[in-house]
Amino acid sequence: MTQEIAIIGAGMHPWGKWGRKFVDYGVEAAREALADAGISWRDVQFVSGAATMRCGYPGYVAGATFAQALGWQGAEVNTSYAACASGSQALAAARAKILSGQAEVALVIGADTTPKGFLAPAKGERPDDPDWVRFRVGITNPTYFALYARRRMEVYGDTQDDFAQVKVKNAEHGFSNPKARYRKKFTMEDVAASAMVADPLRLMDICATSDGGAALIVCSLDYARKIGKASAPRVAAISTVTPTFASAVIEMPDLATDSAVAMEAHSFRAALPRKAYEEAGIGPEDVSVAEVYDLSTALELDWVEDLQLCPRGEAAALVREGATRIGGRIPVNPSGGLACFGEAVPAQAIAQVCELTWQLRGQSGSRQVQGAKVGITANQGLFGHGSSVIVKA
Amino acid sequence: MTQAAKPVIEGFFTTGDKPALLGSRCVKCGTFYFPSVEGFCRNPDCDCSQFESVELSRTGKLWSFTNACYKPPEPYVAQEPFEPYAIAAVELEKEKMIVLGQVAEGIGVEQLKAGLAMELVLETIPDAVEAEGKLVWKWKPVA
Repeated sequence: MTQEIAIIGAGMHPWGKWGRKFVDYGVEAAREALADAGISWRDVQFVSGAATMRCGYPGYVAGATFAQALGWQGAEVNTSYAACASGSQALAAARAKILSGQAEVALVIGADTTPKGFLAPAKGERPDDPDWVRFRVGITNPTYFALYARRRMEVYGDTQDDFAQVKVKNAEHGFSNPKARYRKKFTMEDVAASAMVADPLRLMDICATSDGGAALIVCSLDYARKIGKASAPRVAAISTVTPTFASAVIEMPDLATDSAVAMEAHSFRAALPRKAYEEAGIGPEDVSVAEVYDLSTALELDWVEDLQLCPRGEAAALVREGATRIGGRIPVNPSGGLACFGEAVPAQAIAQVCELTWQLRGQSGSRQVQGAKVGITANQGLFGHGSSVIVKA
Repeated sequence: MTQAAKPVIEGFFTTGDKPALLGSRCVKCGTFYFPSVEGFCRNPDCDCSQFESVELSRTGKLWSFTNACYKPPEPYVAQEPFEPYAIAAVELEKEKMIVLGQVAEGIGVEQLKAGLAMELVLETIPDAVEAEGKLVWKWKPVA
C-alpha cells in the first residue's frame, strides 16, 4: 500500500504587515489553492488547520475558524499546534486521514497576524517558568542564534561575510517572488551596514515576523487520477520526530542543555531529515531543492549540513561556490526563505511545501530550479517541535 | 560587588567566596539538572523521582559566546543608558552540560575565544525595586 498522497493545489496570501485578521489571509490562500486544484470547496472533506496562539480563541481552533469563514459545508476539522512545525503536523493529520481511507480530499491551512514589536514573556514574577527566568537574566531570542553562529566561526572558521552571502543569495531568490515580503536585492555592504544585534549577527542576518497565510489541497492518489492530476507532486515523507535525550545543543528557552552523563548527546536538527529520508526511501543525493528555516543566515548553513547536503562544517564553502544558488548544484531557499518572508509561524511550514510544489511543477518562473524532481523542507521550533517534509515530482 | 544585594532568583546559586550554581542530580542515573528539578528524571530509561541538591562545577570551557547590543524586554531591568553585555555558553566537563550566563562586566566578545577557561562569579544587575540591584551568576575568563 502506498504511503504517498498527492498535492493538487497550493495557495498563499502574500507575506507582509497588512493589519488584517489572520482568517482573511487563510481564506485567500485557501481559495487560491482550491482554484489551483480545480475543485470546489464543497469537495473538501477534511480541514486540517495550524493554530495561531496570538489571535485569541479563533486561533486555537483554526481549522474550524477557516471552515466557517469558507462557509460551513459539513467537512470534518482538526487543529494542530506544534510551534514552527504546526503546518507539517496539520499536513500529517491530513495524510493520516487520507491514507486510512476516511477522506479523499483535505485542505491544509495556516495563517497568522503578528503583533508589533518584541515578542516578550507574560508579565509577573514567575521563577518557575524557564522563559521568564532567561529574560530576567538577559538571555533574549537572538542570543541563541548568535551562539550557534559564533560556534560555526570558532569550529569551522566561518566568517560574517559567509553569513552575509546567505542573505544576499536569499534576497536575490526572493526578489521576483510575488508572495515574499522583502523584495530588494540587498548587497554585502547593506548587510555590513546594518546594526549589530547579537554578535556576530546583524539585523539583516535575523528574520522578521510577518503576517501571512498558506494552504494546500491534498488528496489520495486515486482521487488525483480521477480528476486527471495523476502526475501531481506527491508528499513522500513527513517527519515530526521529537528530540532524543540528551540534548547536544542549547535550545531556546533553556538556560542549560540536558546533562549527557547517563545518555549520549544528540542533535535534534539532524534527526528531523534523517527520519524523512528513511520514510521516503531516498538519500540526500536525490534532493534537487531545499526550503529550510533560516531564522538566521548562519542557521541556514547548519540546516544544509543537517540535511546532509554536504559534510559537517562545509556549508559555508558551498555558499562561497554558489552551489546553493538557483542554478547551482543544490539550490537552497529558492523562495527567498525567511530572509525575504519573515516568519508567520503557523503558515511557514505549509509555505515551504507550496514553494516545493511550484518548483516540482516547473511553475516558479525566474526562480525556477531547472529539472527539480525531489524537494525537502526543514524547520524547528520551540519545545521539541520540528519537521521535515519530502515532496517528489 | 554589593554584599547587601539579594539573589535575582532564590535557590539558583550559592553566595560567598566560591559561588556555585545549584542544580540537582538524579540519585539513580546521575543526570544533572540546572535549574533544579522536582518530580521525575527526564532520562527516558530512568524511572527515578529522587534528586539530591548539588553544587555544579564552578569552572568550565567556553563553548560559544555573543552579546546583547539592544536592551532586552521585561522582565530584564537594564541600566540607563543601556550598556551592551556579553553572554557565554560554558561547557561543564563533569556534568556534561552547557550553561548560559552573562559575562562579567567589562569583558567584551573581542576578549573571548571558544575553549577559554571560564569561572563562575557573582555580580549585580539592576532591579526594578531594590536600589542596590540583585545578584546574578556570570562567567568570567579565569585570570
